[in-house]
This record gives sequence, structure tokens and C-alpha cells, in this order.
Amino acid sequence: MTLDRAIAGIFVLICVIYGYTAFVTMEAGLLPFERNLTFLPNTMPKWLSILGAFIGLIVIVQSGPKEAGEIDPSEIDVRNLRQYKLGQAISLLVLMVAYALLLRPIGFLAATTLFICLGGYVLGERNYKLMVPIAAVAAFFIWYLVEQVLGIFLRPWPWLVYGGA
Amino acid sequence: MLEGILAGVTTALTLQNLIMVVAGCLIGTLIGMLPGLGPMSIIAIMIPVAIKIGDPSAALILLAGVYYGAIFGGSTSSILINAPGVAGTVATSFDGYPMARQGKAGKALTIAAIGSFAGGTVGAVLLMGFAPALASVALLFHSAEYFALMVVGLSAIAAFAGSGQVAKALMMTVLGVMLATVGESAQFNAPRFTMGIQDLQSGISFITLAMALFALPEALYLVLNPARSNTGKDGEGGEIKDLRITREEAKKITPVIGRQSIQGFLIGVMPGAGATIASFLGYAVERNIAKGEDQKEFGKGSIKGLAAPETANNAACTGSFVPLLTLGIPGSGTTAILLGALIALNVTPGPRLMVDNPSIFWAVIISMYIGNVVLLILNLPLIPYIAKLLQIPRNYLIPFILFFTMMGSYIGQNNATELLLLTGMGLVATIMRFAGFPLAPMLIGFILGQLLEDNFARAMSLTDGVSFMWERPMTLILLILAVVLIFLPSFRQQLAMWRRRGVAEGD
Repeated sequence: MTLDRAIAGIFVLICVIYGYTAFVTMEAGLLPFERNLTFLPNTMPKWLSILGAFIGLIVIVQSGPKEAGEIDPSEIDVRNLRQYKLGQAISLLVLMVAYALLLRPIGFLAATTLFICLGGYVLGERNYKLMVPIAAVAAFFIWYLVEQVLGIFLRPWPWLVYGGA
Repeated sequence: MLEGILAGVTTALTLQNLIMVVAGCLIGTLIGMLPGLGPMSIIAIMIPVAIKIGDPSAALILLAGVYYGAIFGGSTSSILINAPGVAGTVATSFDGYPMARQGKAGKALTIAAIGSFAGGTVGAVLLMGFAPALASVALLFHSAEYFALMVVGLSAIAAFAGSGQVAKALMMTVLGVMLATVGESAQFNAPRFTMGIQDLQSGISFITLAMALFALPEALYLVLNPARSNTGKDGEGGEIKDLRITREEAKKITPVIGRQSIQGFLIGVMPGAGATIASFLGYAVERNIAKGEDQKEFGKGSIKGLAAPETANNAACTGSFVPLLTLGIPGSGTTAILLGALIALNVTPGPRLMVDNPSIFWAVIISMYIGNVVLLILNLPLIPYIAKLLQIPRNYLIPFILFFTMMGSYIGQNNATELLLLTGMGLVATIMRFAGFPLAPMLIGFILGQLLEDNFARAMSLTDGVSFMWERPMTLILLILAVVLIFLPSFRQQLAMWRRRGVAEGD
């Protein structure tokens, strides 16, 4: 099965679950007076689930494997993923998740400096003398711009500075 | 009217107001370049400054300058790193980013600057002439017509679909509209489809989705296939090639800019439509009327495909001042914030503004011309430096793109869950891109989905059913137009195939 058929299949499944929620679960949760209204919170979801499932099925029928010549060299050939730097991409995604989880506990400045340095390391940068100062200065500059100039709060320091809160 | 214009010119040309225009454009451009900070947030941030100034003309001139600057700054990040920070510049990235990858970043930015300038200037001329008349036309639009207008906007997705891709594009649009239904709807305050996750109660944020669909997959593609980033270099040794537009290219984009200035302005006048729909429709219309090779180039770095949304969004920004200044109705989120600022400054926009405070009304319009000139003068010499951003080594550039992507979605909500959502959706979007699903229709569906549902609900409640679709002639015409827009590309393709077959048989 080709990847686009699989995605369309998952989409149809999502439409079925979405439709079930709209037709059954949300319908059951309506208040008595709401039943007489023309437009309800589940009116559009009902239409959408039917339309979505229908279009998803059309995509399944229409899609087919691509010929090797059809793939643009700048695009990714999904049948041959190993020739690409998959490890680097996955590591960066893991770093992003780590950044999200550490942003509040260790503070914006430390989290950002670490993210940029480790991101560069994953991509093959080994010039630490250049990378660390650039990352630290950039993190400070962005923090200064966002919090001090624009007035949007970004917690700069680790939780210990705030009394462990 | 002439007296009013003269009063406006005298007010706008005072030293204080000229400084305001320059400062506004500069601040707007610089902050607008950061993905995640759109004109709405920048203007909101600038309001205290504007109120401190005290003089309503000067304050409004400053805010209008910030507005234009932010839209142009947003285009810059769309073109250079495929991270549209504002909904109105999403369409800019369709052709702007491919151009940057082909080493034409300088040229792309020049076209964007010229398109924005022309759109804004023509918009200002039209605003002067047609403001009162257009305001009355906009009043004729009811929720039924708005609903139909949104459907037309959604049908523009056919323009983003290649051959045999219409079904995929439609599927992505429906998915986008479905995502827009997550969270509390405007009509009812009960949460929907949140799966019990409290952070989803207020819905998925636009900026997170935009970053997940455009910036993140692009950054991952650059990581996966390093050959891609090499093509993005703008000449050797830091030299920027191709900054100038050739005579032929100018000839190509002139009609596009002309058409889109007017179309964008007219769409901007309608409350609720704004720069986003104007830019998508501008792109779709130009793609549909382009012929042969020109049409094939759309999405791969077409100068027409870049000039169209850039002109249309700036013209629409100017257009959105019509309902604000003449009726006191804000047509978009940004003008709503401007309305708040005006009221705080003791100016009540509405039909009486032109009569009671002609100097404010005209000073704002005249400052739009000045603002556009300032933007052009400011940006053209800066372009080589802005384009140099692309020459930062890959090992530094990619972590920074990822960081700015995350900042974009974090600043708006101040919530780390957004970052997890961004990573998850970005991964899914990348896999979809592997399979050749166009991602732009999903974002369009998401942006228009909410407006579509609100207007659909209002229209249905007013007519007690869906009969408004065929009872109101304007609605019917717009809906038919939407159907035509969806099927036109497939039909044209079929026609071309028949013709080819006919020629072959004739031989």
C-alpha cells in the first residue's frame, strides 16, 4: 500500500470517529431547548464528517504508486528513506520535545542556549568556541527583546531562583 | 473634499508625523520579521505608546505605519525561511520561498516590496475616491453572502492542486475545517472535540498550525536532504545576484499588480474578509488566468505568483480602513484593535468622522502614501542584507529556524503544551508532505473554517434552514463561482487532453 493511500485511510477513520462524536455523543449531550434550534454545535461537524469520508475514499481510489521518474530530486523519496539523514531529523525532533519540557524548569536562557548548541552538535558542528557564545548571546538578545521591549513575560532563570516554584 | 485633502496634507507633512510614519514602518518591519508576532500583536503592543503621544492624527499615523511594516516584515520571513508569521502572508511563501531556494531571494524581496508599494498606493487612491460609496456596498453583504464568500475562498484551493491532486487538496481543506471546530465555538460555549485536554479548550492556535505546516517540515527537509540548502545560496562570496527586475519581468508582473491592487482593495473593504482571503484569492485568480508555461511555474517560484498575494494583501489592508473610518465597523482583528485605540484617543470613527474631524481622516489617508514610499525607500537598500540571512551556515541556520518556529507558537500562548502540539503536528505534516499532500489548503481551511461556521450559523438561524443558498441571488452566484473554481482546473486539463488527442488524430 502506498503512503498516500494509508494517510487517506487514516483520514477516513478520523472522519468516522469525528462523525460518531457529532452524530451520537454530541447529539445525546444536547439540552432540551437546544433541540429546536436550527443550528447546533454539531451541525457543521455532521456535514464535515460525511464530506470528509467521501473525499477520503476518492483519494484512496485515485492514488497509486509514483513512477521513479516522477519524483522531483529536491523532494524526499519515501521508499528510500535511508539515503537521507533520518537520524539527525529524529534527534532534532527529540530536542524540540525536550525544549518544551525543560523551558519552564530550567528557564528560557539556559533552555535556548542548550537547544541551539545541541542542535548544532547534532548537525555536525564541533566549533564550540564559536557556537556557545553565539547561542548564549542570541538567547539573551531574544529574551531582552521579547520581555523587556515587548513586555511579554518569559521566565529567564531556573526554578531554583524563584524559590523552587 | 479638496479642503479636507489639503488639511490632511498639511497635517501629515509636519515633522512629527513624518517621524511617526518612518518609526512605525521601521518598528513594524523589524518586529514583523519574527514569526509569531503579526500586525495584530505588534499594534496591540504599540497602543500604549500611541496613547502617550496624545495627538490622534500622529497616533493613528504611527499605528498605520506599524501595520504596513508588519505585513512587509511577515513577507520577509515567508520568503526567506518559509515561516509565514501572519495569515495574510501564507500565500507569499508559495512562490517566494521557492524563489529564495533558487538563489533569487533578493529579487523575491524586491518584487514583494514593489508589489506591496503598488497595492498600498493604489489602495489609498481608491480609498480616497470610493470610501463612502464602497461602505454602502459592504453594508449590503449579509451573513449568507459572507458564508458564500468563505466557500469561494475555500474553493481557491483548487489553484494549489496539481494535476490529479484536486481530491487530495479538498481532503486537506476538510481536515483544516475540522481542526477549526476543535475547542469552543463562537455560537455555543461548550467545548467540542477536545478529547478532555484542557489546553485545547480555546482551540488550536493559528500560529502553531502555520509553523507546523510550513516552517517545521521545511526545516526537517533541509536536515534530511542537505542538497536542498545548497541551492538556497545567493551567489558566491556574499554577493547578491539578481536583485534587479528585468524589463521582461516587469512587463509580466505589471498587469498582475494592477488587477490585484483593485481586487485586493475590494475584498479588503468587506468586513471580515481582509488581507488573508484577498491574498489567497489573488493567488488563485492569477494562477487560473495564467496560460501554459506561466501557469506551470506557479508554486515553483513564479514571479506572478509572488506579486499577486503581496499586492493583494497590502491593497486589502488599505481597503479594511474603509469600514473602520466610514462606518466604525472593524473589518478585521487588526482594525478592531485600531478602533479601540481611536476610541481611547477620543475619536469616534463613523460616518461623522469625515465631517467632524476631516484633518484626521485625510491625514491618515495621506500618511498611507507617505508610509508606502517610506517602506519602499527603507526596504530596497536593506534587501541585500536581509537576504544574507540565507548564507548563515546550515549548522547554525537550522537550529535557529527551529527555535524561531517554537518561539512563534510559544509567545502567543505562553504555554509549553503548544510546543508539544507543534512538534506532533509538524511530524504529521512532514509525513503528509512525503506522500505529496498539499499543506496550504489545510491552513486555509483552518483559517476560514471558523468564519465559515459563524456565518453559516447566522444565515441558517435567520432563514430557519439552508434555503438562503438559493433564495439570495448574490449568495447563489458566489456559490456557483465556488463550484466553477473547483472544477475549472480539472476541466481545463481534460480539455487540453482532448485537444491533444484531436490534433494527433488529425495528423
